[in-house]
Amino acid sequence: MSTFFFFLPFLLLYTVWAVYAERKVSAFIQDRTGPMETGKYGMLQTVADLLKLLMKEDIVPTASDRWYFKAAPVLIFTAVFAGFAVVPLTLGWAGSGTEVGVFYLMAIISLDVVGILMAGWSANSKYTLLGAFRSVAQMISYEVPLASCIVCVVIICQSLDLQAISYQQGIFSTSPNYLFGIKAWGISTNELGGFLTWNILRAPVLIPVFLIFFICALAESNRAPFDLPEAEAELVGGFHTEYSGFRWAMVMLSEYGMMLLLSFLMSILFLGSWNTPLPNIGSMKLALWTSGTAGSVASFFWGAFWLIGKSLLLIIVMMWVRWTYPRLRVDQLMSLCWKYLTPAAILLFFLSALWRLWMI
Amino acid sequence: MQVAIDPSLAQIALFILGGLGFVMISLLVARLIRPNRPNPEKLSIYESGEEPIGPAWMQFNARFYVVALIFLLFEVEILFLFPWALIFGDAEWQAATNGRWGYFALAEMSIFVLILAFGLAYVWAKGHLDWVKPNPTISAFKGVVPEGKYQSINQKYSQFKHGAS
Repeated sequence: MSTFFFFLPFLLLYTVWAVYAERKVSAFIQDRTGPMETGKYGMLQTVADLLKLLMKEDIVPTASDRWYFKAAPVLIFTAVFAGFAVVPLTLGWAGSGTEVGVFYLMAIISLDVVGILMAGWSANSKYTLLGAFRSVAQMISYEVPLASCIVCVVIICQSLDLQAISYQQGIFSTSPNYLFGIKAWGISTNELGGFLTWNILRAPVLIPVFLIFFICALAESNRAPFDLPEAEAELVGGFHTEYSGFRWAMVMLSEYGMMLLLSFLMSILFLGSWNTPLPNIGSMKLALWTSGTAGSVASFFWGAFWLIGKSLLLIIVMMWVRWTYPRLRVDQLMSLCWKYLTPAAILLFFLSALWRLWMI
Repeated sequence: MQVAIDPSLAQIALFILGGLGFVMISLLVARLIRPNRPNPEKLSIYESGEEPIGPAWMQFNARFYVVALIFLLFEVEILFLFPWALIFGDAEWQAATNGRWGYFALAEMSIFVLILAFGLAYVWAKGHLDWVKPNPTISAFKGVVPEGKYQSINQKYSQFKHGAS
């Protein structure tokens, strides 16, 4: 069965959960209670919001470019959702097995930028246009260090297929894994598994790469501290100011979808994908116990549990960052990307290449 | 005639068409149940409650062009890095060439990347990476309360605050 039938309902359920979680996390950080009225602890709040959005009038401004305006949310959502096609979910269950996996993912989520520019330009409002320009400038800028970070991982793993990269990072690996990737020490971690075989410890050069990737992921999904495109205090709602009702919900859905997609990507590329974080310690076969034998039903559920668990944890961290740091200024945003992250990513590219030649 | 379709491409097509279908169907459902009562005020562009002045389709800051050009430069670079990254560390070729293959491939790619890094350095030195910075002006207003007074009050209360803990 295709992973499509999992990801579509999962994306919807996740968004309902994430919007609720976002409000509760912000409430906790700001010492409030958050939504409390609808359902127990306000748990039905997002469901109620969704139903409300479904019944809201769809407003298309007279001065706007009608068809572009209507088509933009469709393009934005489709571009983000198509990215899930190559994401593996668990042991033996990946979406498309195409060999260009992560390359395709980069290409298809770039279409998101086109959709945002369409949305901002076609509405013929100053707020949306400024929001769209900022958004596009930010997204294409941060795509450079983001893609460089992916190249670093590809250099270490020698594969573009996300499922192949997943297999390398655990006890099911067929290639030898050494402690911190240093072959000369001769400490094999194939039997140990757990977090020791995750990419960030399999090749510690990927730890700074992971940090850069995380920062870029925040910028790519337009999250604070990089939420200038929709800076509420200056631009009302940014590029989606003129949207209402379910079209607006689609834009929001794809924003949360982008967050989920990048969290999945982070877990797969750096944090061991569907592999368990617990290593085997002597007779305590924690890694075996928490991943099951390959091909069994238990391994299937353990894999999905670990991958989704890691991704949701990363999303909680993203929310934590959002409610902790203030927004950047435009000039800070650009200098952070071009003067710090991009040179650092180029340097790490060389380090990863040398690491691959020396250590593996 | 039977056309063989790569199953992995069929999966991707399913995701694209399925995503498209989902949006279309949900927008259709919304269309069936939502009200539609437009009026000129509702359909005007939002500009913080004011009448919108002129269209938004006008000239914009040329810096965005420069950013787009630099992006193109680097995105093409990364496009070339992907296929290279897949083969440069190939263990078999490494063994067959006594370890020279990897270093040779890396040296070749280094030239390419360094030329582009030089491009970044050029753009940097030319100042195209510097966005317009806000230039805050400090007010020249002089109050009747001497400035030292504020300082002494602040000091007094900060001592009180720290002394309590």
